Amino acid sequence: MNSLVAVAYVPDTETKIRIAADGKSIDESDVKWIVSPYDEYGLEEALKTKEGKGAGAVTVVCVGPERAKTGLRECLARGADDAIWVDSGDSRYLDALATAKAVAAVAKEGKYDFLWFGQKGVGYDESLVGPMVAELMNLPHVGNVVKLEIGDGRITAHREIEGAHELVECSLPAVLTAQKGLNEPRYASLKGIMGAKKKPIAEKKLSAMGIPEADAAGAKTRWRKLDLPPARKACHFVPPDDPAAAGKELVRLLREEAKVI
Amino acid sequence: MKFLVFIEQREGKIRKASLEALSLARKLSGAPAAAVLPGKGVTALAKDLGAYGAGVVYVADRDELALYGTKGYVGALDAAAKKEAPDAVLIAATAMGKDMAPRFAARNDVSVLADVMDLRLEGDRLVGSRPVYSGKARAEVDCGAAKLQVATTRPNVFAAEAQAGAPAARVETLELGDLQPRARVVKVETSESKELDVAEADVIVSGGRGIKGPENWPVIRDLQEALGAALGASRAVVDAGWIDHQHQVGQTGKVVSPTLYVACGISGAIQHLAGMGTSKVIVAINKDPEAPIFKVATYGVVGDLFAIVPEFAKAVRAAKAE
Repeated sequence: MNSLVAVAYVPDTETKIRIAADGKSIDESDVKWIVSPYDEYGLEEALKTKEGKGAGAVTVVCVGPERAKTGLRECLARGADDAIWVDSGDSRYLDALATAKAVAAVAKEGKYDFLWFGQKGVGYDESLVGPMVAELMNLPHVGNVVKLEIGDGRITAHREIEGAHELVECSLPAVLTAQKGLNEPRYASLKGIMGAKKKPIAEKKLSAMGIPEADAAGAKTRWRKLDLPPARKACHFVPPDDPAAAGKELVRLLREEAKVI
Repeated sequence: MKFLVFIEQREGKIRKASLEALSLARKLSGAPAAAVLPGKGVTALAKDLGAYGAGVVYVADRDELALYGTKGYVGALDAAAKKEAPDAVLIAATAMGKDMAPRFAARNDVSVLADVMDLRLEGDRLVGSRPVYSGKARAEVDCGAAKLQVATTRPNVFAAEAQAGAPAARVETLELGDLQPRARVVKVETSESKELDVAEADVIVSGGRGIKGPENWPVIRDLQEALGAALGASRAVVDAGWIDHQHQVGQTGKVVSPTLYVACGISGAIQHLAGMGTSKVIVAINKDPEAPIFKVATYGVVGDLFAIVPEFAKAVRAAKAE
């Protein structure tokens, strides 16, 4: 059972975001990059599937600039067998449809039973690419997967929705998007890190794939401007010494000043 | 400017978030919008959508649509779009909406302005504002070269406005072909006793590591009940097994935009702020004056939550009884 795992290489959560001079992208100096956390759940599940079956390969793919290769190496170090880098050339915002078309093109060149995505990437936070790939490839998809049971050519995926889990059955091949709770991603061992250096990373160029949305002129979503959120007013502190008085004062403020209760 | 709005229902109840999207469509276009409502036994719900801005509702009322399925629901949306030929499609960014929007968009060779918190028109082009990098920045976005514009709207940000005297919506039946889904929902397991989900709630009370242990949830629940709120939690307490992941607010939990968010014993790590930083009013109760949560809080109490929260709950009940 072969798996293709799509990963996004995004700014680490602790990174302080600064706006670049062009006003529509982030200043990348001092940014630490990581594989998006939700993608790690997808990679881990693919690795577990391969180990469980004792067969199959795990391929990772990332669409991004040169630094994406570092992210791919981290995935190879954890146990992925090979990687594909789709060079997007530069860092500017890429329309999800362009990314999806690139991943679909890569997927069509292999024979994958599972196509894993994170339920969102913590850079653009769009939750679009996985289901778009499913649509482009005319495959069923299950999103927000917190548990996966594999049968004979069929799977049952537990999908997290508001206040409930849906148990979804579908045939393979299928697209799945991983949600927190699916598994605990492993760390790369030293052996894995050394071994990763010998595993292949194939390279493709996004600009050569005939995807109109990859160009600024053909993009179907665009970032016109990037801003920091407006600064919040300083906190109004209520003295804690008399808890009963503090409780009453909070209610008074919420009612009379903030008008929310 | 013609809008088509997807209306979500579960078990015969229309999601408020869909009414918000519908009202927004009417507001932006200055005219009633078209709506699409798939489900089983939902026809009776359609005409009441007129009050919220629907001129016509395309209904797909079939046994096979009783439970959500991508094929049937996206098929219904697509069929309505082919009939109506809208300029823009709005879908509430609920779990269902986020499942449908990218498939519908890719089917039509366009993309999505996802989870917008603000939406306006420049001429006949949508311009949205959406949080990125875990809410640390905001992007102003538009649909570029796309002819059909698709946006998903964050729940609880836009107003659902019922206009008195608005005419009932006209109902049209959608003909759909074979609806055998490939990904079939076989069972829905409701996780807890009808708890209000944080993603839907206008008021949330959250507990963090400061509650010291799961045996102390009653202290937080007391305030939760007094405020009629949903219960949220930080990642730390979910990872510790003190409560189910459904309650987690944060970067790897739910992203919420309630009117009021009360953080009890939560330090306010960046990942948590990513989930609740857009709350309209934030109250923080924490023993640590340096806790980062106070940088975003509207009101704060540097004190022992076990002393403050019960008094806060008591004061809320007293005020509501007046």
